[in-house]
Amino acid sequence: MPTFVYMTRCDGCGHCVDICPSDIMHIDPTYRRAYNIEPNMCWECYSCVKACPQNAIDVRGYADFAPLGHSVRVIRDEEKGTIAWKIKYRNGTEKNFLSPITTKPWGKYIPKLADVPGPSKEMRDSQLLYNEPKWIRMDDGGLRTLQDAGLKMKKGVYY
Amino acid sequence: MAYKTIVEDNIDILVVGSGLGGSGAAWEARFWGQDKKIVIAEKANIDRSGAVAQGLYAINCYMGTRWGENNPEDHVRYARIDLMGLVREDLLFDMARHVDSTVHQFEEWGLPIMKNPKTGRYLREGRWQIMIHGESYKPIVAEAAKKSADKVFNRICVTHLLMDDSKENRVAGAVGFNVRTGNYHVFKSKTVICAAGGASNIFKPRSVGEGSGRTWYAPWSSASAYGLLIEAGAKMTQMENRIVLARFKDGYGPVGAYFLHLKTYTQNGLGEEYESKWWPSLQKMVGKEYLDPEASHLTHRPIPTCLRNHALISEVNAGRGPIHMVTMQAFQDPHLEEVGWENFLGMTIGQAVLWAATDVDPKNENPELTTSEPYVMGSHATCSGAWCSGPEDVSPPEYFWGYNRMTTVEGLFGAGDAVGGTPHAFSSGSFTEGRLAAKAACKYIDDGKAEGIVVSDEQIERRKREIYKPLEHYKLYRNEIVAGDVNPHYINPKQGLDRLQKLMDEYCGGVTVSYMTNEKLLNIGLKKLKIMEEDLESLAAENIHELLRAWELKHRHRAAECVTQHTLFRKETRWPGYYYRGDAMKVDDENWHVLTVSRRDPKTGEYTMEKAPCYHLVEDK
Repeated sequence: MPTFVYMTRCDGCGHCVDICPSDIMHIDPTYRRAYNIEPNMCWECYSCVKACPQNAIDVRGYADFAPLGHSVRVIRDEEKGTIAWKIKYRNGTEKNFLSPITTKPWGKYIPKLADVPGPSKEMRDSQLLYNEPKWIRMDDGGLRTLQDAGLKMKKGVYY
Repeated sequence: MAYKTIVEDNIDILVVGSGLGGSGAAWEARFWGQDKKIVIAEKANIDRSGAVAQGLYAINCYMGTRWGENNPEDHVRYARIDLMGLVREDLLFDMARHVDSTVHQFEEWGLPIMKNPKTGRYLREGRWQIMIHGESYKPIVAEAAKKSADKVFNRICVTHLLMDDSKENRVAGAVGFNVRTGNYHVFKSKTVICAAGGASNIFKPRSVGEGSGRTWYAPWSSASAYGLLIEAGAKMTQMENRIVLARFKDGYGPVGAYFLHLKTYTQNGLGEEYESKWWPSLQKMVGKEYLDPEASHLTHRPIPTCLRNHALISEVNAGRGPIHMVTMQAFQDPHLEEVGWENFLGMTIGQAVLWAATDVDPKNENPELTTSEPYVMGSHATCSGAWCSGPEDVSPPEYFWGYNRMTTVEGLFGAGDAVGGTPHAFSSGSFTEGRLAAKAACKYIDDGKAEGIVVSDEQIERRKREIYKPLEHYKLYRNEIVAGDVNPHYINPKQGLDRLQKLMDEYCGGVTVSYMTNEKLLNIGLKKLKIMEEDLESLAAENIHELLRAWELKHRHRAAECVTQHTLFRKETRWPGYYYRGDAMKVDDENWHVLTVSRRDPKTGEYTMEKAPCYHLVEDK
């Protein structure tokens, strides 16, 4: 089964249940710990693995094509803004990778649009979106139109 | 029934599904909507939902206009040739002229975008693709959506759109249930932006067990974009244009960075280049307009992806498989090796798991490629979805009815997979489409188009009964048998999904028939889908989780039916390598250089098919 949960590490906190995009991490009513109820709907997306505070969740590749004896482990650190991977092959080979996950403190640089000045009537009547025409032109001009491009729409088989 | 009914009233903009498209819609809606009430209904948890839940290692749609790299119309021409001429060029031009502002915002929010050290610009993977460290792409984008929305309802499976009882063909909100509590949720809204997902898992997968979760597109992309829109009576377009992906075998790991950045290439089992030998015969099928290897070589015009698939499929069928990706050269460079691995870890971890399990080190051996089962969606390199209005300054009359990205149902807008005719939008383009839809939805409300909406209690109660029927059905018949899943009165969602996948595979051009179908097969397929629809009334769900799967299956079934109708209508083989109409094995520009448009009458279930003109951007001389 793609994800599985180690009995001795899971404390039943439910973070995996909360985050799983496929709704397949559930709490077992007898053991009060999480498990994957539907492995054939698991994408191996690692959302639950990354979210588990106890590192209790791991992945064993899909049984119909992945032999045993491998592991791909991960530690995602929002404070540091990094993600660290450790890949172990069936034959023992190891590979390690480290990547950034953000360049800024979480959420602080996303503007709350309720607090920015609202659009003028002129802007509403134009084709512009929020904050445009910033970033969409080389020069200071506005949004590109068919006229700027010297183009028109023509019906039929024309290229 | 013990489940509570929870009504959220007076919503102005309801976003259904908050992947990249829905998040863009919710975020932008605040700017144009100001005090308007913006609500998100999401099937999973917005922090990790949609196709980008796992992350991405590239943004595949970025013009670079501010650096003089491309203009929007260049991207239109690229998408047009890749899809064999048939796209909505107004919608594409519109998306492309805005998309750069979306991408630069992502960078400001903290998304790590790689830079070219020489130029200081974004690091190009290909002409349209830039490279990112996108493990947290979705959580970052979700943060933006949450900042704009008044409320986010996680874990709501939206099953139906609500329709106005006072005016025909006008949307009034949506209903669904909470997959944790089981409660019934009613959202009454002036407008709805449908940004739900496309369809994985409607065709039988190559995998046979657990591995069927390793779909190319996310297994939670349950065709709800199409199930919701078709049921509401919205017109759909290009639903026949399913996509088949050439990917690393079994893990379906992405190949884009490998081809474009790492400069790896493919060869057959004998170690030979194989594509070019298929071009002469293929050119006879599709014509020189669509396949001209010499012109492609000189001008860097791409060879359409489906045609490259055709070469791969044909070579394997000729007995010279497997097809290998030649990685051994590139991977000798430690930097490129790192890029190759991080590419998987960033968006398809399962492929890294598989290589570790099978001791495949691409430095020492060339991994196998294969073609996937077909998928139906509208944001990657294909364009199934709703027939939507374009922007007023670009669209010709046949493509314009007042509000950008509005479907043919009033007040119902689309973004991402839901919008037809706009391939190659990918993550950034889907977010941009959401922004466009949000602005238009606000205008629609401000223009007074959403006044006087009435939702009857009868409609709300009827949908409620319908939603919980699989639970009732299970309770009613479960105790007739001792144990197990075999019951003469019902099928469960997994059994239903198996049936759907098998019949779509065999009758609608799946992988076991090498993507081949014809009129006779399609008609049988439609008959079986109709009978299956009757059996879906006898679907049984043991618990709320199975009820979720039951409704995903119903959405998949409706999408599959529409795909089959469209495939039957288009009597040509427009995209060899995606599917073949054995009874019409050629591109037929004389009769079929058109967009196919369908409408299912919600009252009768009958489909009406029509051809809509295909407009192209041409020099205005």
